[in-house]
Amino acid sequence: MSENRRIDPKQMPRLRGPGMGGGPHGMVRGGEKARDFKGTMKKLIKYLSAYKISIISVFILAALSASFSIAGPKILSKAITKIFEGVMNKITGQGSGIDFEYVGKIILILIGLYGLSALFGYLQGWIMSGVAMKVTYRFRKEISEKINRLPLKYFESTNQGEILSRITNDVDTITQTLNQSLTQIITSVTTVVGVLIMMFTINWLMTLVALLIIPLSSLVIAFIVKHSQMYFREQQDYLGHVNGHVEEVYGGHNIVKAFNGEKKSIEKFDVLNNTLYGAAWKSQFLTGIMMPLMNVIGNLGYVAVTVLGSWLVIKNAIEVGDIQAFIQYIRSFTQPIAQIANISNILQQTAACAERVFEFLEEEEEVPDNPQPVKIEDIKGNVEFRNVRFGYRPDKMVINNFSASIKAGQKVAIVGPTGAGKTTIVKLLMRFYDVNEGAILIDGHDIRDFTREDLRSLFGMVLQDTWLYNGTIMDNIRYGRLDATDEEVIKAAKAAHVDSFVRTLPGGYNMVLNEETTNISQGQKQLLTIARAILKDPKILILDEATSSVDTLTEIQIQKAMDYLMKGRTSFIIAHRLSTIRDADLILVMNHGDIIEQGTHEELLKKGGFYASLYNSQFEKEEEMAS
Amino acid sequence: MVKLAKYLKPYILLIFLAVFFIFVQAMSDLSLPDYMSKIVNNGIQQGGIVNAVPEAIRKSEMDKLLLFVTPEEKEEILKDYTLVDKSSPDYDKYVKKYPILSKEPVYVLKSVDKSEIDKINLPMGKAFLAVTGVEKAKASAKNGSIEFNGKKIPANVDLFAMMSQLPEEQLIQIRDEMNKKFASLGDNMVIQAATMAVKEEYKAIGINTDKIQTDYILHTGLIMLLITGLSALSTIMVAFFASKVAAGVARDLRRDLFARVESFSNAEFDKFSTASLITRTTNDITQIQMLLVIMIRMVFYAPIMGIGGVFRALSKSVSMSWIIALAVIVLLGIISALYSIAMPKFMLMQKLIDRLNLVTRENLSGIMVVRAFNNQKFEEERFDKANQDITKVGLFVNRAMAFIFPSMMLVMNGITLLIVWVGAHQIQNSSMQVGDMMAFMQYAIQIIFAFLMFSMLFIMIPRASVSAERIAEVLATEPSIKDPENPKQFNENMAGTVEFRNVSFKYPGAEEYALKDINFKVLPGQTVGIIGRTGSGKSTLVNLILRFYDVTEGQVLVDGVDVREVRQEDLRSRIGYVPQKSWLFSGTIKSNLKYGNDQATDEEVKEAAEIAQAMEFINEKTKKFDSEIAQGGTNVSGGQKQRLSIARALVKKPEIYIFDESFSALDFKTESALRKALRERLKSSTVIMVSQRVSTLLHADQIIVLEEGKIVGIGKHKDLLKNCQTYREIALSQLSEEELA
Repeated sequence: MSENRRIDPKQMPRLRGPGMGGGPHGMVRGGEKARDFKGTMKKLIKYLSAYKISIISVFILAALSASFSIAGPKILSKAITKIFEGVMNKITGQGSGIDFEYVGKIILILIGLYGLSALFGYLQGWIMSGVAMKVTYRFRKEISEKINRLPLKYFESTNQGEILSRITNDVDTITQTLNQSLTQIITSVTTVVGVLIMMFTINWLMTLVALLIIPLSSLVIAFIVKHSQMYFREQQDYLGHVNGHVEEVYGGHNIVKAFNGEKKSIEKFDVLNNTLYGAAWKSQFLTGIMMPLMNVIGNLGYVAVTVLGSWLVIKNAIEVGDIQAFIQYIRSFTQPIAQIANISNILQQTAACAERVFEFLEEEEEVPDNPQPVKIEDIKGNVEFRNVRFGYRPDKMVINNFSASIKAGQKVAIVGPTGAGKTTIVKLLMRFYDVNEGAILIDGHDIRDFTREDLRSLFGMVLQDTWLYNGTIMDNIRYGRLDATDEEVIKAAKAAHVDSFVRTLPGGYNMVLNEETTNISQGQKQLLTIARAILKDPKILILDEATSSVDTLTEIQIQKAMDYLMKGRTSFIIAHRLSTIRDADLILVMNHGDIIEQGTHEELLKKGGFYASLYNSQFEKEEEMAS
Repeated sequence: MVKLAKYLKPYILLIFLAVFFIFVQAMSDLSLPDYMSKIVNNGIQQGGIVNAVPEAIRKSEMDKLLLFVTPEEKEEILKDYTLVDKSSPDYDKYVKKYPILSKEPVYVLKSVDKSEIDKINLPMGKAFLAVTGVEKAKASAKNGSIEFNGKKIPANVDLFAMMSQLPEEQLIQIRDEMNKKFASLGDNMVIQAATMAVKEEYKAIGINTDKIQTDYILHTGLIMLLITGLSALSTIMVAFFASKVAAGVARDLRRDLFARVESFSNAEFDKFSTASLITRTTNDITQIQMLLVIMIRMVFYAPIMGIGGVFRALSKSVSMSWIIALAVIVLLGIISALYSIAMPKFMLMQKLIDRLNLVTRENLSGIMVVRAFNNQKFEEERFDKANQDITKVGLFVNRAMAFIFPSMMLVMNGITLLIVWVGAHQIQNSSMQVGDMMAFMQYAIQIIFAFLMFSMLFIMIPRASVSAERIAEVLATEPSIKDPENPKQFNENMAGTVEFRNVSFKYPGAEEYALKDINFKVLPGQTVGIIGRTGSGKSTLVNLILRFYDVTEGQVLVDGVDVREVRQEDLRSRIGYVPQKSWLFSGTIKSNLKYGNDQATDEEVKEAAEIAQAMEFINEKTKKFDSEIAQGGTNVSGGQKQRLSIARALVKKPEIYIFDESFSALDFKTESALRKALRERLKSSTVIMVSQRVSTLLHADQIIVLEEGKIVGIGKHKDLLKNCQTYREIALSQLSEEELA
């Protein structure tokens, strides 16, 4: 039976997310709870208070819309009773039959009522969509701005995917709650209360019977939700195992083949797959019977109302039309009850999402800039490290009392084995991290006395990780200085020896790099990042293993471009291959995060320490070969 | 979608059972309004009396009735009744049921079947009405006289006695007139009205009419309850079978898909991309499973409900069927209008979400660059643009969607009102009863819902078919590399040789050759280095030895036999391969090291780990060789992964080793120690070593220099330095002249 079965918007195709791959998220996503439900809800309500007029009007409209449609059946019942009486009169031979004038009048009233209900219903949805989208927009905007105010530390300890999921999934869930669940709650509550009132005005006995449905249906719901969630979680777990196996076997396809592991992996897959099947059908079954069972409960109510109603009609306690009205009421009763039962789930889930979003927005930000910053005019590029102590964690210092003085225009090389913490120096220089003790000075000014913006404008950076974005080549080089003209961009490209290459590309400077920036080679990307740095024309240059991921011939080309770039600038070079840094004015040797030696190439070789052994091991000596 | 239909085959019985129960459920759901209508019509309106054929009637009353029926009808009626009086054998039994029996004889209805009752129903109904009419006329007599048959008759005359005296012709005339009058009422109304008279008669006999009514209602209610129970049971069965089918199909599909992918060569992996194969095996199948459950239910339930509803509704009133048609048309109109407006925007929405994600991802991954160039504002603007776009489209879509529910409710309610209005007129014309109208309303809504459900199906099927298509595509793909039907054996005399004869290779679909005219031979125990710049074809070359791809031209021979003529398993069991990108499987360090050789002893495993310089960090772990390795080996560092992956190849103890840039994540110290150990251990094995570092290859028996897929030099380090320009350039870029000397 399906009369008045409400169309649950959640059953409509999902409007969001990577639709096809949305997977089981579309199903019961229960069990997620906020740690501080009350606090988060308070924050959310405060966040929403900017839209309070809209939201209040939505509430009123939703309540009105629901009330109007609730009043319908009761009024209609009068018409039906009138028709019935007409018939009875006709049968018994009294009167002329149905009073069409009366019936017509009632129908006209109802047309108006239902029309208004629909109008208010739509109006309410219209306003709420607006509010929801505004809130979503604001949340996203704030998150994106927050990203730029967070210290680098945060990003090194947080998974990228997690932040992304806050911007999309979490914000989406909040929108969804606002857009659908919130008005649904209002509508459901109004409906339940309204229907109850209507029922009581018709007959209290029938109402009591109808009310028996509530405990019955809540028992069913509680039972199913409890079990389905258990199996659902189980299914998700096993699905995770299967997916994990698939990922690693497909990802290591060559290894599986090379080691003849196909059979083994299929056997393991079969075991996992069969376990998944067991949980999957149970979970599917329990989620599947929820709605139909609610219907059955609705049907039970229907039967009870029909039988009891008829008896009452005979006893002249109610009229025939009341039965029809009651049938309609009882039908519109079960759905809202299910929804109300689900409210706490929805709110919990929303709170969990909102909590994550607020948590992100409340993360500790970078230390504010010095309010009376030093101006950066006439900076030459002298750099001094004065008794620097630094650790990523306060209880674990990695750099202990490091001092060095670099004159403008000098070349500093930072070397050390992989994982020695070479990039730490860069991060300190550009104030991505602050030193714990001591100071870094540029032309005698503590770098903390500059604004970050000014400080960073002094530096040009070329990293091993060639970051470019989905835009044209022109845009990507211009990223170095956004107000640069096309001519300046091309000039920088020429200086980076990348101009001729760019001109061979389809579209030349206007070629759009694809999303994974895979439509140009690694070496070419590196040259673009150098052009970008050239365009910025910085005082101090940082080159972080800029050539390690390209072959040696491309490296020579890049080296040439970098040599041009380094001319007359203070430069810091992090190098993997020691051959490139022999002529450095200062070599900093790092290991286990600390600077363990410093000096020129010759000095360090003479010293016979870590650098010397590092340098020697790079190139096997003939005597070693003989052994 | 059709391509996957065979996966339903093993479940045909379960599907059949599901459909059966869906049918039962639909039928039960459909029959409820019918019973409700009976309760209203028969139970309330007619006092529980279903027809004009009373189960007992006083003889005196029957005689009156018989005046108004034709002689044939009279015979028919009397045939179905037995006259009971004081002398009857069952008198004691009957007198309890019909107390009037003690005063006068009673006709009792024999237990005849329904067709018999239907035959006498209408004549008796009319007769009842006629009798009541006469009696009413008598009761309302004015001035002590009534008008009967055109004559004024004193009211106290026994009209019925008088009539019984009348000649047959006159009775026919009276009956004709009576029929004319009743024709305007309609047969239905005649019966309905007659049930009132029957009720009066029952009262006269002394039957408890209230009990008849309550019994009727309770009886019908009980049936409804049973039907509800049946429907509940069916519902559960449907869900049970449907979920079994869906989960089963998903399991079978997943298994076949996985096995198929395992048989693929790299060419197929390149064609689909690993990520896409993963999605197809995981998400797409989960999607199918979920949609299958819903589809099994809806595909059958909706049409059964729809068609059944139409039939039921028509049985209540044919002339109102246009209302249902109207409702369906209006709803379809609304749905298709919304669909055509909103669907393109949905697609757009997806793109905009991707865009928003991309911009954020770029901002996050380039966080250092963004800050180094002070471009935070620029990033914020870029994000804001994407955010505004998505907000605009989202608003439109949401507002379009907000329209659905109110408009559907409006249509639904409008239909109800229309039915009441039109139905009232039909009731007035006696072509339907009130209960029927109420049932009709419910059928109309059931039909509308069936249509809605069906239109949902049209949204879901395309979604499912996208996934199905993606799965079918993989299942239909034959691996391009297969074992020969008559595999050859390796030539054991030549164990450890690798030879390339005029090999050229193109990647599937590529225009350029990745390798061209490659000729070289590696003898047992030799070490060969392969060097060249990125993209020169080094990895491609070793992939051909492992038969990850087949050559386009020429031959690759291992142990003197073309690799295409032996079983892949035999070939690969002879090769220890260390890939460029280390890959470990979840499990323990030991399970990973033994991956290529289950039979390896703990000693062998330990030895391999020592050679691979992995002992140092394995010993640092509390569980040593039993330490857990997470999926993808994420809990060990790059260098450790690489060392484990070298040890894994060593445990296999093959004839031929392939190292594809396998030392890149190691620092110089570890690398040189490792190389030294390898040289000692692998003296008797053939080693093929791909590297970018000249230093790694210094000691090789021969070095092959690749440049754009061609061999540009082959020989020892010193020779190449002299006569190979490319090699010289590479060497010089890494080391200074004096160091090379």
